[in-house]
Order: sequence, then structure tokens, then C-alpha cells
Amino acid sequence: MSQSVLDALKARFGAAILETHSNFGDDTAVVASDSWKAIGAFLRDDPAMSFELFVDLCGVDYPERTPRFDVVLHLYSVTHAHRIRVKARIGDDEGNHAKIDSLTSLWRGADWLERETFDMFGIKFEGHPDLRRILMYPEFTGFPLRKDYPAQKTEPLIAYRTEEEAGLPLGKLEPFGPDEGMSFGRKVWDTHGTT
Amino acid sequence: MGELNSPPGTPAALQRPRHSVTIEGSEAGFGVTRFDAMLNWSRKYSLFQYPFVTACCGMEFMAVASPRFDVARFGAEAPRFSPRQADLLWVVGTISQRQAPALRRIYEQMMDPKWVLAFGTCASSGGFYDNYTTVAGIDKIIRCDVYVPGCPPRPEAVLDGLLLLQDKIARGDRTPGIVKPRQDPAMGLVQLGVPSAKKEGQR
Repeated sequence: MSQSVLDALKARFGAAILETHSNFGDDTAVVASDSWKAIGAFLRDDPAMSFELFVDLCGVDYPERTPRFDVVLHLYSVTHAHRIRVKARIGDDEGNHAKIDSLTSLWRGADWLERETFDMFGIKFEGHPDLRRILMYPEFTGFPLRKDYPAQKTEPLIAYRTEEEAGLPLGKLEPFGPDEGMSFGRKVWDTHGTT
Repeated sequence: MGELNSPPGTPAALQRPRHSVTIEGSEAGFGVTRFDAMLNWSRKYSLFQYPFVTACCGMEFMAVASPRFDVARFGAEAPRFSPRQADLLWVVGTISQRQAPALRRIYEQMMDPKWVLAFGTCASSGGFYDNYTTVAGIDKIIRCDVYVPGCPPRPEAVLDGLLLLQDKIARGDRTPGIVKPRQDPAMGLVQLGVPSAKKEGQR
């Protein structure tokens, strides 16, 4: 769609553009993390780029890869009606040293999305004015969208009642039997003579 | 209260009621009951509710409150948006770990006697949110009287839960109860797990 954007990036930044592809028409550039903010500024300010609209920013965890995390940025240009996806790879095997420049000085909307990415993955955005958790509570430890966070682990904000206080078992019940739970799809109640 | 048996030989019309929960007007124009039975009878038909609505079950809650299903028929139509004026807490929807302190504070602000109804699978057990975000059932943090399973439950199931709660109030029973499913009115229209050819053959 907008191969010209990828070409312009390669012409301008050269070796900092690690790879590009346009699978399914989605132009994607994988860039070096230390050029992250310079590339963002170019994409916003260059008249041929004009990516005014900050669409989304998120993280992805690839636990068996080094560097471990992707930071994915989606941009849209209202002026030229073209899109681009920019990725950077950061972090070591343990998820340490995952840091990248903040884009809040370029797009105001990056603020909460970078906080969310920090909250879920522990990626630090350097230069962010207020980098704290946004969805989870401050008492929460760990980063729940990392693949090594146990799927069923919980960290309750307030203490649960004990079974003595409640006077009844509080563990999770077994899955519903055939005569319990939602009333459709489980049991034939009355066939109305159709069998 | 102790036993209120009448002395042997008392005529039937003069015997004291033993398990009376009814108020009957006699020919003389008065009725006999026990005070706590009458109190429970009046409580169960004047439940002022506090709707703690957090998720998609709220749509079914609106259906229950609107004229087609009309929870007003059971004396529970008046929502109070202060927990201090309410005596039935409807927990409608998913309770996240972050909301748990708010829910417990709301419950603690309510006046006794107070009851709690868990509306839907998420409020009852956490549902499929078996992870870091969600409290696996509100009974982990507050007591709960009636569980209404379903994702979301049909309004009829909610009314069943309300009637179950009223029955418990009348009997003074505080053990938790679970609403059992009734017959699905759409049964025979959609049947999961049955090959369509076989279903056609059944018709």
C-alpha cells in the first residue's frame, strides 16, 4: 500500500531499519531500538510521512527469542491515508534491560499505552513523565502478560475470607455436571416427542 | 422461640399456631401469627436493592427490572443508590481484584439485615476468568446468599433466584443456595453437539 514509506525509511535510516515486509498489505518495519524516537519524529514531522494519528502501542513476549520483547507501534496518516507498523526488539532472556525511548513528547496519546505496556510486560520507557501501573494496582508484583507469569496465579488486593469465617468451603467447585449450569446444549430436558 | 403447644384437649379453633407463617382473617376479624414470621414476611416483600453492576450481566438485570419480567411484582423494584438504605446487594458481573475492596466496603456499609445475590457465573465463581485479574467468586470476600449461574442468566433464572431468596428469608435460613436451571424455552431450536442431519431426521 505505502511501500514508499518503507523506502523512505530505508533511505533515511539505512542500517537502523533491520528488516521490512508488507505481508497482507500491512507495511512493517523492524527498527533498531536506539533509533526508536528519531524514527518516530521523522514519521510524524516529514511532510511526505505526516503520521499524525497514534493508533496503538503494545508489547509482545517471545520467551524463546533474544531479544525477548517486541514493542509494536501502529501509526496512521490522516493526510495521506497510509498506515505503518513499527517494531523494535529489546530485552535479554530474563526480561531485564528492556528499555526504550518514550514517544510521549511526540504523541500525547502514547502516555497511557506506554504505561499499559510497562504494567503488563515491565518494559521501561525512558523519558515517560509518569511511568506507573495503570491497570493493575501498585501492590501487584510481576508482569502478568509475560509468558512466564503463571496463568492461574492471583495476587488479591484484599485478603480472602478463610473457610472458618465463611463456614463453608470456598475452593473452586468441580465443573458443572450434565444437570447443572447453563440450560442449553448440555441436557435434553424434554424432547417433546421428537425422539 | 420455644414451643407453643396448647394444652391437650384444647378445641382446634383455639389451639395456638405451631409453624404458622400465614395471616388469616377469621370471622372475628383478627389473625394469629408469630412476630418473627410476620417480620420475615414483610421483609421478603420489601427488598430494597443496591445494584452493583459491573459487566454484561447488567443487560439482563435491566431486562429483569423492565416491564416484561418486572421484578416489581415481587416487591424488589426500588433501587437504592446508597448502600445504607438497601438490604439486598445484587452483584451483577465480574469483580476484578481492583474492585474487591470497593465491593467489601459497600457490603459493610449496608444495614443489617442484609442479603447478597450473585448474579451470573462471574460473580458466583469468577467464570472463565481464572487468572490474575478476577476474584474467583464474591464469596471469597463477602457472604453470599443466592447464586444465579448463567452467562448471563436468563431473567427467569434471576426471578427464580429472587424467589429462592424470599423463601430463605421467610424461613430464616442463611445457608447459600444455587438456582437450578429450568427448561430452556428454545430447546429443539438449537442443540449443540447434535449433527444437523440427525436433527433433521428427528423432526
